[in-house]
Amino acid sequence: MRTLIAACASAALCLGAGTGAAEGQKLVIEGQEMVTRAPAPDWHPLTEVISGWEFRDPATQALQMDDFENPAMIFVDQAREMWSTPDGAAGKSCESCHGAVEDSMKGVRAVMPKFNEEAGTLWSLEDYINNCRTARMQAEPWKWSGSEMTAMTALITLQSRGMPVAVRIDGPYQSWWEKGREIYYTRYGQLELACANCHEDHYGQMIRADRLSQGQINGFPTYRLKNAKLNSIHNRFYGCIRDTRGVPFAEGSDEFKALELYVASRGLGLSIEGPAVRN
Amino acid sequence: MQLTRRDALMMGAGAVAATLIPAGAPRAAPTLDEAIAAFTGGATPGEGGVTITAPEIAENGNTVPIEVDAPGASSIMLLADGNPNPAVCTFHFGPLAGAQMAATRIRLARTQNVLAVARLADGSYGIARREVKVTIGGCGG
Amino acid sequence: MSSIKPRVKVPKSASAGEVITIKTLINHQMESGQRKDSSGNVIPRKIINRFACTFNGQEVISVDIDPAVSANPYFEFQAKIPEAGEFVFTWVDDDGTVYEERKEIAIG
Repeated sequence: MRTLIAACASAALCLGAGTGAAEGQKLVIEGQEMVTRAPAPDWHPLTEVISGWEFRDPATQALQMDDFENPAMIFVDQAREMWSTPDGAAGKSCESCHGAVEDSMKGVRAVMPKFNEEAGTLWSLEDYINNCRTARMQAEPWKWSGSEMTAMTALITLQSRGMPVAVRIDGPYQSWWEKGREIYYTRYGQLELACANCHEDHYGQMIRADRLSQGQINGFPTYRLKNAKLNSIHNRFYGCIRDTRGVPFAEGSDEFKALELYVASRGLGLSIEGPAVRN
Repeated sequence: MQLTRRDALMMGAGAVAATLIPAGAPRAAPTLDEAIAAFTGGATPGEGGVTITAPEIAENGNTVPIEVDAPGASSIMLLADGNPNPAVCTFHFGPLAGAQMAATRIRLARTQNVLAVARLADGSYGIARREVKVTIGGCGG
Repeated sequence: MSSIKPRVKVPKSASAGEVITIKTLINHQMESGQRKDSSGNVIPRKIINRFACTFNGQEVISVDIDPAVSANPYFEFQAKIPEAGEFVFTWVDDDGTVYEERKEIAIG
């Protein structure tokens, strides 16, 4: 029995080298090729950064290669309507100030989360959206991971699709980034698992019947087959910590914004792919 | 009569199952055979005449891509023998169908056979089966 | 925002007699009737139970749907185009609502 376990363990370790996907397969969406593998920056603990798309099986991968097959696009369509529909006491829509989403929101996702000089703090895309809603539109803020918010972040993210992740980690970002790194390596919950234990030490290997990815967030918000809806970055972080049987930080908390910045930076060089499709 | 331990366990399980069915419970879903018989009018389908394209292993049982194809068929019933209710959907092809094929995405509760029964051009029925393994996700996150 | 909105992909034009591929998607939970809420009560079934596509009034395909079809139901199929005209797509909800989408196709 022991030999059997040892054999399985070494087989599992061998799998560590691959991603499980058909190697060499390229992610091309609507004629645009995405960077799904890139050399890691010098400071990075890994040598290569790999998109979560590479770890999925061909059927799941295919869903993201065509904008009609990608179920996330239903919600993008809904957000397009919301973009030009006035809401709130000021009688304004997103379009009233920002014009066409294709022009004004290009590149926005790639630099998120972004330090807001005026507020003197780090903001996620959701913070920027809710600031518009409350301050400019005089509308109710949306729930962080509610269907309106994830649809809108998907629409905005789509305008950066194919652009490289470009978050900053210097200047006012540095302390946030360091805080995020600390969280990434902290073991949480009864299972005492840090993000790094799965997504740095064991990516490419199986956790039960699922293949661990590097935990990149360049594909968020992500349509998951599991729950058939769009999932926010912070909601995914929440789920991971919950599954360590720990008490997660709140969506929208400073802790998760710091972690978002750090995890985004671990994917520098990858393309923004959102809204992606994952299992 | 000598009972093996396995027999005893099986009988025990049967007794438990029997007590679990409450009186007046909603009508149980038809069995696979009943669903097929309802579609074929009792005729036993022959092998072939219809093909199923499906992944060997589905990454998530919640969304499994399936395609059925039965040249000349007027309708194709899709079933899954391990779901609580085996019926999945039935395609009916009209005069303007370009081919008697269709693709959709289905839910599979566990590893099981997906079946397609087609009413063929000559009025007979054809059947095909394909096993799809459904994996249990990672940590559930 | 939980508005239900179908998506349909049909080429803008085809040659007479051509067979084209059509893809359709609609956002819908497809509540199976098998799940229970946090207090243990069965969540009632609410699904799209029928989908149909016609062209100039003639049937292309119709589908009787059970709860085993995934949320946000997707259908792909083929249609023969005898002449220019209009596709009508309908989805019928358990609550009686009918969602409809139309697409025109030209010959050329």
